Amino acid sequence: MLNLLLRYINLMVLTIAILIIISFSLAYVFPGDTLTNISGIVPQSNEQRVALEAVFKLDRSIFVQFWYYIENLISGDWGVSSSSQISLLEEISIAFPATIELITYALLVSIFIGIPLGFIGGIWHHKPFDFGVVTFSVVSYSFPVFWLALIFITIFSLQLGYLPLSGRVNFLYDIPHSSGFILWDIMLADIPDKKDAFKDALRHLILPTASIALVTTAIFIRFTRRSIMDEMNKGYIDAAKSRGFTTKQIFFKHGLRNSLLPILPLMAMQISTLITNAMVVETIFSWPGIGNWIIQAIYQRDYPAIRIGMLVVSVFVVTLTITIEFISRAIDPARDKFQRGAV
Amino acid sequence: MKPNTRPHIMKSAILLSFSLILMLGCSKQKTQITQAGITFCSEGSPASFNPQLDTSSTTADASSHQIYDRLLEFNTENGEIEPGLASSWLVSNDGLTYTFQLRKGVQFHDTDYFTPTRNFNADDVVFSIDRWRVATHPYHDVSGGSYPYFQSLGLKNTIKDVTIINGYRVEISLYTPDSSFLANLATDFSVILSAEYATNLLAEGTPSNIDVLPIGTGPYKFVSYRKNQFIRYQRHSRYFLDTIGPEHLVFDITPKSSLRVAKLITGECDAVAFPSQNDLEIIRNREDLTLLQKPGLNVGFWAFNTSKPPFDNPKVRRALALAIDKTSLLEAVYLGQATRAKSLVPSASWAYQPNMQDISYNPVTARKLLDEAGIPYNFTMNIWAMPVQRAYNPNAMKMAQLMSTYLADVGVTVNIVSYDWARFRENLTAGMHDSVLIGWSADNGDPDNFYRPLLTCAAIPSGTNRAQWCNPEYDALIESALKIENSDERRIFYHRANQIIFRETPLVPIAHAYQYQAVNNQIEGLTINPFGGIRFDDVVRK
Repeated sequence: MLNLLLRYINLMVLTIAILIIISFSLAYVFPGDTLTNISGIVPQSNEQRVALEAVFKLDRSIFVQFWYYIENLISGDWGVSSSSQISLLEEISIAFPATIELITYALLVSIFIGIPLGFIGGIWHHKPFDFGVVTFSVVSYSFPVFWLALIFITIFSLQLGYLPLSGRVNFLYDIPHSSGFILWDIMLADIPDKKDAFKDALRHLILPTASIALVTTAIFIRFTRRSIMDEMNKGYIDAAKSRGFTTKQIFFKHGLRNSLLPILPLMAMQISTLITNAMVVETIFSWPGIGNWIIQAIYQRDYPAIRIGMLVVSVFVVTLTITIEFISRAIDPARDKFQRGAV
Repeated sequence: MKPNTRPHIMKSAILLSFSLILMLGCSKQKTQITQAGITFCSEGSPASFNPQLDTSSTTADASSHQIYDRLLEFNTENGEIEPGLASSWLVSNDGLTYTFQLRKGVQFHDTDYFTPTRNFNADDVVFSIDRWRVATHPYHDVSGGSYPYFQSLGLKNTIKDVTIINGYRVEISLYTPDSSFLANLATDFSVILSAEYATNLLAEGTPSNIDVLPIGTGPYKFVSYRKNQFIRYQRHSRYFLDTIGPEHLVFDITPKSSLRVAKLITGECDAVAFPSQNDLEIIRNREDLTLLQKPGLNVGFWAFNTSKPPFDNPKVRRALALAIDKTSLLEAVYLGQATRAKSLVPSASWAYQPNMQDISYNPVTARKLLDEAGIPYNFTMNIWAMPVQRAYNPNAMKMAQLMSTYLADVGVTVNIVSYDWARFRENLTAGMHDSVLIGWSADNGDPDNFYRPLLTCAAIPSGTNRAQWCNPEYDALIESALKIENSDERRIFYHRANQIIFRETPLVPIAHAYQYQAVNNQIEGLTINPFGGIRFDDVVRK
């Protein structure tokens, strides 16, 4: 077990180290002044340039620079955005929770819709309802996310006028930023129209959540359906049937748990797909998350922001993936990695 | 039979979530706060909250008429000058001394970062003017120390002194008579700041906060701002005029014009700035929206950087001007929502010259002139296309693309360059461009407001002279025009200036556009202010 833990930590540290090296080299590879690429500040005078170079150790050898780069990353001193001159750590700590919030709800929706539908389809497979479920999952899996988002906007916002098409909540509600999760923040906030604000935030959530949840739901349906079909065809199920148990009893006693266990890690892996999709959808719905933020940084050629944004997102995905992989190995060590499906 | 209850829970959970979605989807009624507030979708982030520091209309929209007041105001209907913070004023017979009687009982904003202890008085006027006028003023170099509007007009060298006569009376003396002086005090940029707030900030060692956390006397006080997201204002409950504006005002910053119109349709915005030409028909066809339209005091042009060879050669500039078909640009970019510009001022101004010659499309002559100037085939130049939409140029990128095909016909290769708006103007002022597609919206009805900031030598360092063009003969004409009160006599000088512009071609005037604003029909009282920033003091929701 300790061996396993060490192996995974090793993998994570190495991957992150490579990511940091890439992001560090970006400061040199990006066009323009290296000093500006690292610090986000355009020096106005020679004195300021010398002072900044001393701070970021640009006057020293590249290895010393890299050492200080890591030190700054760890201490949270990530430099400032060259377009807004606000600390990157502060900007990311506002933008990133918005993305996490979006994928959390999408994940919940996918779980609560995808898994039951998959079970129903799998248990009564090759029946009309199952064909419906399979059709639904194939069709929604085939939709490109950005296209779906635009179609949702056209139908529900522009044609029917039911739902808003941008942002997290109407700006007239002044929600103080505390956790970064808008629904949570509204509950904590001390404002008069709390209930209305909450409703408004929910209405803003529906379309972006639905557009990214649909694909994940389809994936979940297929996983669950396949898994329950395999499980219900096993010998011990037949044995239980011959003893006179009803399908319902067998399903809830054995099928449910045994079929969920192997696919849970696979589902957790979908979080990285969700993040990618969320970043695309954010720009369409002007959702103030990390994807939107990085796109803005690219438009404005804000190299420090692009560099740090890329690092933060990739470190998050790497850490998450490796952690899930580790947990699933730890709780279910019997299966080897080929059975579980590799990362 | 415990397990039996589980599918019901599952089923009801699904049903509940679906019904919740449906229920939420159908509720579109306005709540209390959204009823009491107005959302305006603006086109960009302001550079700061002090219009003295920036000539961009984005900054003026976000601050000038919301947070601040001026000594004098323009009547938005007829352009006449009306009392603002000055209740009356007196001009001496020689036109050199202006005395202003200030309004009493005007209160500054009371916010969580500043609590005023006194009302507005003469100190605030002196502070606000001396900040940009006196180079040794403690606040002069705060936030960059650049005051482009005043610099471009050379007002620093016009004003001799600003003195306090008593607490509510201020005298401004000039070196030379200036017939546009009162109009300049009524522009978006001549805002009155709080001297008391400035003193406090200086004591705290954070003077630059004066432009970031603004304090003024205007109808709205500043609440919060996040770049590229929003600006929040709250009504100034002790504003000196009786206004009926909303309790809350929000600027929802939405740079994409199609998204602004989409948000107007869904009701997320109550009014939008600069609807794009493509969307005008959609807005006109919708019964719940109104399109406001006014001939604008603006000009869109193509300026050459005359400080850079070969654009310092008038022959080259003339040749490039001849290579462009303005008529097709008007059709393709403005979609007919503009008139062709022959000179700087539009026909709405009294200085307009109807018989002005125009540069017409002639690629053959253009190539001939380029050959004479020694410009080879495949000469490469860049055109900077501004990244924001303005009435005077709704789509600079498209215009630049069209122009590049015309220029390719005469053997000139074009690179199109664009940055974000703040950086774009910074680099322009630094003179990094070969040529730029940009324009100008007048701040007051006076023709001096076109001729001086756009092409005089003094306007080069302040960054409004995009051509970096300096011609003493032209400057002399503009100076002389100001010394005369009679507009018929002044007109002659401006017409002679037109001749110089035509001969030298520092820029190619392209169009004078109509100004548009789109509003939801629930909103009443919003008008287009031809003299600058948008105002919300009389806007109500029905």
